[in-house]
Amino acid sequence: MAFDINKVRSDFPILNQQVYNKPLVYLDNGATTQKPATVIDTVKELQSLHNASIHRGIHYLSEQMTTRYEEARERVRLFLNAASSKEIIFTSGATGSINTLAFSFGEKYVHKGDEILISEMEHHSNIVPWQMLCERKEAHLKVIPFDGSGTLKLDELDELLSEKTRIVALAHASNSLATINPVKEVIRRAHEKGIPVMLDGAQMVQHGGVDVQDLDCDFYVFSSHKIFGPTGSGVLYGKESLLEELPPYQGGGDMVDQVTFQKTSYNTLPFKFEAGTANYIGAIGLASALEYVMKLGLDEIRSHEAMLTQYTLDRLEKIPGLVLYGRASERISVFSFLVENIHPYDAAMILDKMGIAVRTGTHCTQPVMDHFGIEGTIRASLVFYNTTEEVDQLVSGIERCIQMLS
Amino acid sequence: MNLNETQKNIVEEFSVFDDWLDKYNFLIELGNELPEIDPVYKTNEYLINGCQSKVWLHANLADGKLVFSADSDAIIVKGIVALLVKVLNDRTPDEIVENELFFIDEIGLSQNLSPTRSNGLLAMVKKMRLYAIAYQAQSQKQ
Repeated sequence: MAFDINKVRSDFPILNQQVYNKPLVYLDNGATTQKPATVIDTVKELQSLHNASIHRGIHYLSEQMTTRYEEARERVRLFLNAASSKEIIFTSGATGSINTLAFSFGEKYVHKGDEILISEMEHHSNIVPWQMLCERKEAHLKVIPFDGSGTLKLDELDELLSEKTRIVALAHASNSLATINPVKEVIRRAHEKGIPVMLDGAQMVQHGGVDVQDLDCDFYVFSSHKIFGPTGSGVLYGKESLLEELPPYQGGGDMVDQVTFQKTSYNTLPFKFEAGTANYIGAIGLASALEYVMKLGLDEIRSHEAMLTQYTLDRLEKIPGLVLYGRASERISVFSFLVENIHPYDAAMILDKMGIAVRTGTHCTQPVMDHFGIEGTIRASLVFYNTTEEVDQLVSGIERCIQMLS
Repeated sequence: MNLNETQKNIVEEFSVFDDWLDKYNFLIELGNELPEIDPVYKTNEYLINGCQSKVWLHANLADGKLVFSADSDAIIVKGIVALLVKVLNDRTPDEIVENELFFIDEIGLSQNLSPTRSNGLLAMVKKMRLYAIAYQAQSQKQ
């Protein structure tokens, strides 16, 4: 199927609007993505006609919703190419997934003096939960550094993977540097030493999918709202054999088998990790979004974005005084930059009034900003529904900023 | 000109701009005209919290009136604080405490006023009123 950008854009109702009398140019997809009509309709239909709490309800609506929730799990399994739907746990988002893993894994395997290995380019959500674990257990957080281009220094990896390392938690793609990390290589080297690896896919899955079996990662997390689904939903994937061994994170309804005041036995996978009434509408909305991108074609998404990325790099490089942060050879369509001595906040205010949505600040990656000795950047983050014309508008906007501010 | 007359003047000045970028250009000019802040006040102590850009603000009392000085590392934000200074400078604490700042809404800047909005316009206004309240309390004591 040929990639028809106009058809694709018409699938997203929000894109067809004016802000401040200018056509909306939405380049803040790293923060959240827009929803296709099919996702919006699914959520509306569920709320209007099908709402009922899932599991154990012996009535028509509950059984219907339970079926659709479990079908959603199967859709996620298919999207990730996981071996079993038992390996798919619905959470509140990537942050929720990492907190779940950091707690459960930490309770079982992390002890005083142990080490957790992350990288210098992690989102705060993949730093703080591990840091909290380290504080609880008197363990140590170790960090894989990156170089000036935003590429991980893998020559330091073998030394960092010590006999005390219990887990590696690494961004699949960086939200502020755009780097796609060489995760297969990291996983291979970690596995040689018997160390499991969790990948944070929050900034990767929307750019053409992943195959967890091919990667051979042990855990993988992502958020629904960054892949065209509703907010408040997300996924924790884990290899079944590993998840089986982990204790639950939160206690409550649905995650139990038998409860007495003396002892509670836990439900089987994946329910052991889904305490409380699940966000079933979020999960089914996510499945609808995944169905949409799979229909559109993951290869088509990748190739359209590769074209957009090259085009954007070519155009940005011609702007005098523009400094791009993150120049790794493997990258997603995210661009973090500063222009001369222009404050990102000034630039964003001007771009906003030109109808262009970008993000400014540290992008929840303060250590990345510290690495470069800057306080923040302007970030334009694109997905498959963005166009070269929108990139042109961004460039005109930046030129206008230069004219007004310097 | 009293405080409200100054506000009305500003609303009139802004009414000629129908393009936002022209408003910003005007703010940038205002920022350029803002007298430089004494470097002793350009420290963390005088930094307003909650802004993505840095804003320093200081006020002292001279002849019963507040004299503000301010700066920002972002140019448009500096213009915004210059606009506030233009309205509130050289006023008695009572004047500042008693009058509502209606011009912000009328020139369309109120969308920048929500507490979560990180340019800190709300924080600037709060800080300036706090200075007025503090000096008001001080003069009542005396």
